[in-house]
Amino acid sequence: MSVATAASANGKTPVLEVSGLCTHYGRIQALFGIDLQVAQGELVALVGANGAGKTTLLRTISGLQPASAGTIRFLGEDLASVAAERRVRKGIVQVPEGRQVFGPMSVEDNLRLGAYTRSPGEVEDGLQRMYAMFPVLKERRRLAAGTLSGGQQQMLAIARALMARPRLLLLDEPSMGLAPLLIEEVFETVRMLREELITIFLVEQNAHKALSVADRGYVIETGRIVLGDSGPALLGNAQVQAAYLGV
Amino acid sequence: MSAELLQFIFSGLTAGAIYALVGLGFSIIYNASQVINFAQGEFVMIGGMATVSLLAAGLPMPVAIALAVVATVAVGIALEKLAIEPARGASIVTLIIITIGASIFLRGLAQVVWDRNFHSMPPFTGDTPINIGGASVVPQSLWVLGCTVAIVAALWAFFNRTRFGKAILATSYNSDIARLMGINVRFVLLFSFALAALLGAIAGVLITPIILTNYQVGVLLGLKGFSAAIVGGLGNPMGAIAGGFVVGIAESITAGYVSSDYKDAVAFVIILLVLFFRPQGLFGRRGAERV
Ligand SMILES: Nc1ncnc2c1ncn2[C@@H]1O[C@H](COP(=O)(O)OP(=O)(O)OP(=O)(O)O)[C@@H](O)[C@H]1O
Ligand SMILES: [Mg+2]
Repeated sequence: MSVATAASANGKTPVLEVSGLCTHYGRIQALFGIDLQVAQGELVALVGANGAGKTTLLRTISGLQPASAGTIRFLGEDLASVAAERRVRKGIVQVPEGRQVFGPMSVEDNLRLGAYTRSPGEVEDGLQRMYAMFPVLKERRRLAAGTLSGGQQQMLAIARALMARPRLLLLDEPSMGLAPLLIEEVFETVRMLREELITIFLVEQNAHKALSVADRGYVIETGRIVLGDSGPALLGNAQVQAAYLGV
Repeated sequence: MSAELLQFIFSGLTAGAIYALVGLGFSIIYNASQVINFAQGEFVMIGGMATVSLLAAGLPMPVAIALAVVATVAVGIALEKLAIEPARGASIVTLIIITIGASIFLRGLAQVVWDRNFHSMPPFTGDTPINIGGASVVPQSLWVLGCTVAIVAALWAFFNRTRFGKAILATSYNSDIARLMGINVRFVLLFSFALAALLGAIAGVLITPIILTNYQVGVLLGLKGFSAAIVGGLGNPMGAIAGGFVVGIAESITAGYVSSDYKDAVAFVIILLVLFFRPQGLFGRRGAERV
């Protein structure tokens, strides 16, 4: 019945199942009955305009923002009573909007904090992997994270999240405020993660880029999911083209 | 340098070390929660008063000190658990008012448990002054300075070298993002109260042999520690230490060259000057980096 179910991933294990989710800021309601699923190994994009509720949805999934109604299931488990820091241990890891690295701390300390829930062996192993994936972070590992450029900080924010070994990676507008060339680079990284079969839920205002890399996508408007379909289908959708792609 | 000035500097350093420890307590709790804990001075009072009464009960000094410090830490934990944690979600101002209430409560409790009289405690290792460059310094002053240096070094190592110390720093920069790393920020807050109480208790134990103590000795020591934290930039631990020495030395020089009547006013004048001319503190405020 709902648009979300129509687009659900047939037959694949759901990693994330959101149903009827509502979120309030005080008396102001920001999300109105959100339904969506993300399956194992999928890259699902959520696109929507400024203030549509994308960040609110991610913060509710990661537990920073309490839900006022509805359920969030992760690998079948209801997260209602699981605090944000425990969701990280379960594998839900969010790259926050605006990067939000710990500016005064070194690049390496930021990465180590990303692996706060992991064992010492996994931390060292993770560092090696991240330095191989993002050589510039290795070069700058002793510098304060705040001294990196915007693009490098975005790479650091993503690497910091990967250090936690996510089973579901939540990305909040990774292309925000970046120059076109760097946006290209960020999406290249997203594509690379997808090839490593990391399950990703990507939130973007840059609908064209996001839907181009995504298996499936959803469109959110003023706190409601209004469309859900495969990435290519949404790219070809007249409504989406008019509202988000400037066609 | 004249022997007289050197004398003032030594007494300023001794008092300054105490203000530094108290100021550190303010900064640590502020960093974890943006709350200014006005019960910080009461930790100093409890540390000193508990040691005095345990000594009077016949316990050897090291045991009395250890128990007094543990008891103070327990009070710090109880304060967070019973007064701060239940009000989680309330505004910062509300939480600050709760700490003011707690400080009044703790002073009242101290009057009941102990009394209203002044008490003294023997110095750790005798009271024969040592001559340093013409200034005479009591051994307890060296204990104060030595212990403060050791504590500052230990804290520095804790915050810069350990995983949990860095998690506390991360929480102070941005507590939501710290939660996204899997850091339990509620535990960080509880730990911060325990650590601040520990520092306060140690300050109380160190200073009691030099000054007399009673149930309200924490009021003035707390305010001076607060001025140390303000001078250093609220939430900047290393600044609070420097701020403590600035306040201590300014105070003892004023007392020496002007009049000891003005001694206690110095800390307030310094707070006003700093807030007026350099509200971020002489060494920059940690909170300014917060987004
Ligand atoms: N802390 C808050 N308090 C009150 N209202 C908020 C708060 N944060 C967001 N909102 C409101 O909730 C709605 C959704 O905001 P949200 O930040 O989730 O949008 P978004 O889709 O992420 O936007 P953007 O693309 O600009 O990041 C908006 O109307 C916003 O004004
Ligand atoms: Mg947003």
